[in-house]
Amino acid sequence: MTEFFPPLDFSDTFWAPWATQKDFAWNAQIVGMGIMVSLSCGLIGSFIVARKLALMGDAISHGILPGLAIAFITTQSNALFPMFIGACGAGLLCSFCIEWLHKKTPLKMDAALGLTFTSFFALGVLLITQMGNNTHIDPECLLYGEIGFTPLAESIYWGSVEIGSRPLLSIGLVTLVIILTITVFYKQLMVTSFDQTLSVSLGLSVRTIHYGLMLVLAITIVASFESVGVILVIAMLIFPSTTASFFFTRMPAILLCSFPLSIFYSFGGFFLARWLDCSIAGSMVVVAMVCFGIAWLLGTENGILTNLFFRKRTILDHSN
Amino acid sequence: MSKTLLPLEVHDLTVSYNRKPVLYGIDLEIEEGGLIGIIGPNGAGKSTLIKTIMGIVPANGGWVKIFGQKGKNSYRRVGYVPQRESVDWDFPVSVLDVVLMGRYGHAGWLKRISKKDRIIAHECLEKVNMSLFADRQIGKLSGGQQQRVFLARALAQESDLYLMDEPFAGVDAVTENAIIELLRELKQKGKTLIIVHHDLSNAKEYFDQIILLNMRLIAYGDVDKTFNKDLLQKTYGGRLTVFTEIADQSAKNEHVEHESK
Repeated sequence: MTEFFPPLDFSDTFWAPWATQKDFAWNAQIVGMGIMVSLSCGLIGSFIVARKLALMGDAISHGILPGLAIAFITTQSNALFPMFIGACGAGLLCSFCIEWLHKKTPLKMDAALGLTFTSFFALGVLLITQMGNNTHIDPECLLYGEIGFTPLAESIYWGSVEIGSRPLLSIGLVTLVIILTITVFYKQLMVTSFDQTLSVSLGLSVRTIHYGLMLVLAITIVASFESVGVILVIAMLIFPSTTASFFFTRMPAILLCSFPLSIFYSFGGFFLARWLDCSIAGSMVVVAMVCFGIAWLLGTENGILTNLFFRKRTILDHSN
Repeated sequence: MSKTLLPLEVHDLTVSYNRKPVLYGIDLEIEEGGLIGIIGPNGAGKSTLIKTIMGIVPANGGWVKIFGQKGKNSYRRVGYVPQRESVDWDFPVSVLDVVLMGRYGHAGWLKRISKKDRIIAHECLEKVNMSLFADRQIGKLSGGQQQRVFLARALAQESDLYLMDEPFAGVDAVTENAIIELLRELKQKGKTLIIVHHDLSNAKEYFDQIILLNMRLIAYGDVDKTFNKDLLQKTYGGRLTVFTEIADQSAKNEHVEHESK
């Protein structure tokens, strides 16, 4: 076993990354990126999971590939803005196709989802291979990404002042947008997620809210995937809220849980990756998995062991 | 009051699911203030009718006017109580959260829920005898309690027209009595209540007016004119064997009621 797991050198794993100013700046960017990706995905994911659309993130994150390819072909460059528009457009189109197949044909949601995103992804792969080697888009990079390269990305300057690396800034902006969106539109999101018929009787457009949410989801994915990869994005959409739901039964509490959880995932994943010398994104998902396992066992709300030892009798008053 | 302010007007409404017709040419004009039951066999389109009125199911033809208005804005004066199975009871909300959703239309979409809205929500929970459960997650309630939460939410909406889809389904006798009392109280306040109902044995006692439905509108009118053997036979077709007795019985009851008055 010792050969498989290297010995844990405490100071090298936990202390060395922060020892010098240069190391600190480098590693803080990686952990910061991890926190913001987990947080933005966790917040938006709480609603996605509550709406039973957990795999929509999966679909949209694969569906953006043809958008990236088309943006590249039309502009002949991988400039940020066209790529962003292309990706968001393709992501929205993907969610629209899924809705259409689900509503207008007898296909069920999961089948519609699987059909659409594999088609989109295949189309994207085809377009990219047609373009030959003069492209920087790599489907493999889309899937796995490498959060460790975050500090290598170009910096953005305001005048002559360096304000940080591009991926870090864009995910920071997206996190802010998400927190704002959820605070401002909390009621709309809740009521359309819980009961569509009530939404109609309150004069809300369920479609508008749905596609608004899908747009925010697409933006989150686009801002995250190039540095952390699609797999981490999908995991972070689902893990925080499902883990929190073993302890809390109200949406605000579940949303707030995303904050400590994302910090824990990122530091935990970072240290785990440093110890085992492996992918940081992968380690973050492993840490998230362990957290979920603990919650599943010990959670106060339907945790397996909790239910076994303290079987809470739910008092149902059938008499009245 | 001018005639345009009828709570509900339905004209030549036709609905089909996957090209299979469910409702044909329904015409209804419903007056203000009354407790109205929609009655018909399974698959008669009872739920479809109120879902179409609410704009949840699209119509193939005809129109619906609510208080003289068509379309999106007209739903604001309607409180809709869906069938219990239509929502996800594992959703992370408490009983109070659900009732507060009924206040969203009044509170303004971009404003925070006010203290007044909270007080009203608590009062509505009180009315359905569910105050003790305000903080409980909705999945941890019995069927009858869940139904009462939906009712409290509809009350909190302070609507003028209520559409309810089988509010008595899976509810015990005590709760059923409590609910019918509440509905009568709303009627006293001049509200109009339209209720999908499947239990013929008490329909006569509960409702002022009856809509008999079986894909077409069979009859609509005061309960003593519509709830008779002939029309029920027509509504339920060959399947009325069980119901003939009930119809007979209700005819007798009618006699008794008249005597007692």
